[in-house]
Amino acid sequence: MKAFIALEDGTIFEGIAFGAHGERLGEVVFNTSMAGYQEIMTDPSYKGQIVAMTYPLIGNYGINRKDVESSGPKVAGFLVRERSRIASNRLSEETLDKYLKENNIIGVENVDTRSLALHIRTKGAMKGIISTIDLDPKSLIKKAEESPGLIGRDLVKEVTCKKAYNAKVIYPVPSAARFKVVAMDFGIKRNILRCLIDNGCDVTVVPADTKAKDILARDPDGILLSNGPGDPAAITYAIEEIKKLLGKKPIFGICLGQQLLGLAFGGKTFKLKFGHRGANHPVKDLTTGKIEITCQNHGFCVDIDSLNKDEIEITHINLNDNTLEGMAHKKLPIFAVQYHPESSPGPHDSRYLFKRFTDSMSTYAKKN
Amino acid sequence: MPKRTDIHKILIIGSGPIIISQACEFDYSGTQACKALREEGFKIVLVNSNPATIMTDPEIADITYIEPITPEVVEKIIAKEKPDALLPTLGGQTALNTAMKLKEMGTLDKYNVKMIGADYDAIKKAEDRDCFKKAILKIGLDLPRSEMAHNMKEAERALKKLGLPIIIRPSFTLGGTGGGIARTEDEFRKTAALGLQNSMTSEILIEESILGWKEYELEVMRDNKDNVVIICSIENLDPMGIHTGDSITVAPSQTLTDKEYQKMRDASLAIIREIGVETGGSNIQFAISPEDGRMVVIEMNPRVSRSSALASKATGFPIAKIAAKLAVGYTLDEIKNDITRETPASFEPTIDYCVVKIPRFTFEKFPEAKDVLGISMKSVGETMAIGRTFKEALQKGLRGLEIGHTGLDNKQSYKDISDEKIKQRLEEPNASRIFYVKYALQKGYTIEEIHKMTDIDLWFLENIKEIVDMEKEIRKGHGAGSKKPGKRKKQNLDTATLLKAKQYGFSDSQIAELAGSTEQAVRGYRKQHFIKAVFRLVDTCAGEFEAYTPYYYSTYETKDEAKPSKNKKIIILGGGPNRIGQGIEFDYCCCHASFALKELGYETIMVNSNPETVSTDYDTSDKLYFEPLTFEDVMNIIDTEKPDGVIVQFGGQTPLNLARRLEAAGAPIIGTSVKSIDMAEDRKKFSKLLRKLKIAQPESGSTTSVTMALKIAKRIGFPVLVRPSYVLGGRAMKIVYDEDSMLEFIKEAKEVSGKHPILIDKFLEEAIEVDVDAVSDGDITVIGGIMEHIEEAGIHSGDSACVLPPHTLGDDIIDTIRKYTHAISKGLKVKGLLNIQFAVKQNKVYVLEVNPRASRTVPFVSKATGVPLAKIAAKVMAGKTLKELGFMEEKKPGHISVKESVLPFSRFSGVDILLGPEMKSTGEVMGIDYSFGVAFYKSQIAAGQALPKSGKVFISVKNQDKRNIAFIAKKLEDMGFEIVATKGTHKALVANNIKTEMVGKIGEGNAKILDYIKEGSIKLIINTPSGRTSQSDSRPIRNAAVMRGIPCVTTISGAQAAVSGIEAALKKDFQVKSIQEYLK
Repeated sequence: MKAFIALEDGTIFEGIAFGAHGERLGEVVFNTSMAGYQEIMTDPSYKGQIVAMTYPLIGNYGINRKDVESSGPKVAGFLVRERSRIASNRLSEETLDKYLKENNIIGVENVDTRSLALHIRTKGAMKGIISTIDLDPKSLIKKAEESPGLIGRDLVKEVTCKKAYNAKVIYPVPSAARFKVVAMDFGIKRNILRCLIDNGCDVTVVPADTKAKDILARDPDGILLSNGPGDPAAITYAIEEIKKLLGKKPIFGICLGQQLLGLAFGGKTFKLKFGHRGANHPVKDLTTGKIEITCQNHGFCVDIDSLNKDEIEITHINLNDNTLEGMAHKKLPIFAVQYHPESSPGPHDSRYLFKRFTDSMSTYAKKN
Repeated sequence: MPKRTDIHKILIIGSGPIIISQACEFDYSGTQACKALREEGFKIVLVNSNPATIMTDPEIADITYIEPITPEVVEKIIAKEKPDALLPTLGGQTALNTAMKLKEMGTLDKYNVKMIGADYDAIKKAEDRDCFKKAILKIGLDLPRSEMAHNMKEAERALKKLGLPIIIRPSFTLGGTGGGIARTEDEFRKTAALGLQNSMTSEILIEESILGWKEYELEVMRDNKDNVVIICSIENLDPMGIHTGDSITVAPSQTLTDKEYQKMRDASLAIIREIGVETGGSNIQFAISPEDGRMVVIEMNPRVSRSSALASKATGFPIAKIAAKLAVGYTLDEIKNDITRETPASFEPTIDYCVVKIPRFTFEKFPEAKDVLGISMKSVGETMAIGRTFKEALQKGLRGLEIGHTGLDNKQSYKDISDEKIKQRLEEPNASRIFYVKYALQKGYTIEEIHKMTDIDLWFLENIKEIVDMEKEIRKGHGAGSKKPGKRKKQNLDTATLLKAKQYGFSDSQIAELAGSTEQAVRGYRKQHFIKAVFRLVDTCAGEFEAYTPYYYSTYETKDEAKPSKNKKIIILGGGPNRIGQGIEFDYCCCHASFALKELGYETIMVNSNPETVSTDYDTSDKLYFEPLTFEDVMNIIDTEKPDGVIVQFGGQTPLNLARRLEAAGAPIIGTSVKSIDMAEDRKKFSKLLRKLKIAQPESGSTTSVTMALKIAKRIGFPVLVRPSYVLGGRAMKIVYDEDSMLEFIKEAKEVSGKHPILIDKFLEEAIEVDVDAVSDGDITVIGGIMEHIEEAGIHSGDSACVLPPHTLGDDIIDTIRKYTHAISKGLKVKGLLNIQFAVKQNKVYVLEVNPRASRTVPFVSKATGVPLAKIAAKVMAGKTLKELGFMEEKKPGHISVKESVLPFSRFSGVDILLGPEMKSTGEVMGIDYSFGVAFYKSQIAAGQALPKSGKVFISVKNQDKRNIAFIAKKLEDMGFEIVATKGTHKALVANNIKTEMVGKIGEGNAKILDYIKEGSIKLIINTPSGRTSQSDSRPIRNAAVMRGIPCVTTISGAQAAVSGIEAALKKDFQVKSIQEYLK
């Protein structure tokens, strides 16, 4: 079945639908990872986004239950150049097509995804629509234009957990945990939980709107601020609570977590032209001089200049565009990164950050 | 960290002659390294024995030694140049082994030379199987279970432990020489013994079989701050059991989940750290069990490799250049990515296309060898193709291979193939297996059934099946626009189907064949419906950043990224995959054309499909189109770029074969006209010209009919030389002595050349052959070099050694040769390069062949004389006169240069090593000195045929040679050699008072000579066989010699040269001298 992708600037891309049929709105972005489509589709940070994969051959190794980053696919739509007809991997349980159909997600293949990526690179990420039912370009462009977009929108509430739970319901905890961590779920990726567990943490995941006092009441050794979708500035309720947590416990922020921390520190965030989405971004750890190849997925970023340099230290920068990739409080045990140390998909170069987090919890515990 | 200041002068070792498993990828890497390090202000000393390389051009390094690459010779260079550092990781296994030896000999310490990139310990850890195994186990990774053996006893013990089938891998060899898979105990013993012999350290690894596992390679880079990045992942379509050089490979990996891939990436990082490769690139191979996912490490190359060249071309990331910069102290974040300009080199390239590499085999050259593939590499070249889908890239690759396929086509009909044949060709890996996969699908086999027989991953098989299914759609011509289904006409093909077919990589001629049309009609129809190729960028980043390096591939999509400029521009057509007969020499010429035309202010555009080459380096030309060299693909580029000129003269026969059609389609071919090319290649027209010029030519005729061929042969008298026209490297060329063999060869020749006629020439026995390279501007002609062959006429010029200037020809003969060259050049109105082969018999000069194009000897002549012939020719083609270029006179150097060819016989067991009119060599080396003897001696060392200074010489010659051999044997005796001879030769020598030991013939049940060879007491073999029986009798001797690397001379003239060489070497140890000094 034919499908159209219309962008708010009037550009139309054509393809053939797979997975579900219908019509979906979303911000159109591209991801340059060559593998890991399943992790990408299920990353809650993609809520509200139509993701185009620049690698043209997708679905080759199928779908398996282990490689999900949340309960199911979160993307608003999925665009590829060529979808594999078969799933060829011993781990595979079903094909990409079937998976999207089951989860009511529209996939489109035969899309010239390179042209789409070049367009977005030049014009910026923009609002768009996929449709298999309305093939009138004018009408689609209008719908795209009139769609709400991401700015100022709280998408976190759509992906956060409804009530608190212990991460062991997802991953069995192998040994007695040494640290109690509360993770604020803004759309947390499961691999963050796994990495924390692997580092000896007992993790309680709490909804995004949990009050600071309720978090502290759980008496954690540290607090994790998770990744999540959309505009950080729209999550005012969380920013307010995070402010109350500063100085109370060691805090580690990842992605949206860093942005919320930045705002809580009094800084500003801005929207990148087309974001960073891929598994090959070089980041330099300014504290060690080492370079790590990172997995990234963010459209917003903390403005380096907006941070109070007396209090906040820049710890990581992106070597491609020199944007902020990590920061730490100079006095308090609080640090954050803009990229994904839990990767999934992507390189494992940054896993040391989880150790850094447990170290900061140890040190803090000893001091207090 | 900025660059090191404690070193100033760096020695780079090249890889020597092109051989199987070590080809021009090391010219590419070495050239990049020289350029990168000189840019940084280092003084570069280079040694490489291969004159056909760009890196040995006098302007690439500061000081260039074209000398043999042996530890002893390199020691002389070190003593003379006193470099501060040695960079051993860019010249393949040759450089690595030489560097290791230099360290062990104490040379590096004596002269205080530091090894940079990888040091002795790291190389040892990676290359020594035992050390490597320990290192891998130490970091908790898995390997195939294995045992080391240093003798047969240990080998037997290992067999008991591990069971059959079993793999044998010798340590310290190239491309797995001598390794193999054993399925029976007998096979095991044979392979193990051979492996022990081939290993530099008499050591073999005996390993559990992991045949059929999925095979992967990762290209890793590390800097001195321990930053590590992966440049590219490669998945082999052909699973474990086939050497990766012989496998169809695909980038990036296709069938791994991210979790599986990251596990491999983590392992790579751990390995490069544990092995301790300080800086630069390494290649690590893995195998993954398709059943349980067990991952094992296969091997690591602690250096730039063939796969690095592929990875560089596949991603746009210049591995060798960066490796060189890292070796002198830079870190990855300090180096900019040339392609994006803004982003640093410390990232991992991500690509948005699929790359397929397909090996090019030449089993047709060695009919006695089976085309079976295993763990010892057999292919001589490769082609790479880029497409947006695997299907597109695979089909582009298959047509880029230039083996007569237009894609995954129907050259052979599946209906004619039996199920048995299918089973056999699928189960036993071989050079044409990919086509049998297709035939099997056409016969109705399922992908699961084919998977069972081949272990090829289902994903690849599914994609091939989709190509087969697409064929059916094209055949039907069905779809929306089809009015008359079933009628095979191009008009029936609706545009949607046609577009889909193009996106699946189908060539116009494939579609034409399926739809019952012609290539031209399909092309016209396609253009009329705006289904045109668009060009996309190779940008290292999948479009995330703007790219500045114009490196393109074609596909069928919506946006065309080619930005044709308004500049004056010239397209240079490259030579495609290396093969025997068309190799690095032509790439050398193409690069020179590009450099020269840039000097004249032209925008240069290179088209080629060979990832190993300098020509496909993105900064060789202003633009690079990585495309197959077919009419369709080249015309797509011409239509887009609208060049002022197209050069077809430099890439060998490949572009020349396209010339006529390109010109007819309106391409502006520059240089010698297509008409003249045709006149030179068409025997009739050419004979007419020679008659007019009163130049002699062996009697000849040409025909397409068998009866006529016999008639011609009888008229001119046997022996005759038969061959097809329009082929290179003497393919299917034979000397025939009687009618029966004549019929046999005509049949073969016709298969090779298709519509072109068969040529029949009188064969001039015992003539001296002479090669001339010249350049003409259409007005005057200047000779570049005259080369006298060492072997007599009848041996392909590409296989013969030659010397410049001629050393036995009289001045009057040389003058005649000059005169003829000028006359022919004028007669053909040559504009550009010209190569003529002459034969001199009884003081009469005959013309054998004229090629109005770059020849294989152009780089050798340029190195010998210092005249950049190819550059001059390119400028002439662009309209300059030789007078304007200041090249008016033949340059006559004071030194003597010898070119020797290097043959691949050790790779093809069972193949006789005799030379003939069909070219078999893969590469060449050069020896330079002021005396012929020394120059020849050097060339033999460089070719791996070092002549002995003492010991036993075995002589067995045919009757005609018995008189000539006496003189040679006498000299050998005088120099202190002991002579061993067969009966007839013994008799002849004794009659001349030469003491010899007689050994019986093998055919008579006497194997003493083989024992002598095996025990290593024979140091040189002179064997000129005659007739078929005698040939098969002496064959075991020659084969034993090749397998043990004993120099074996098969012609009298070769023996004479060898004696001169030994004589010179005994007199005085030779000196080394850079070509900059020679050419001063």
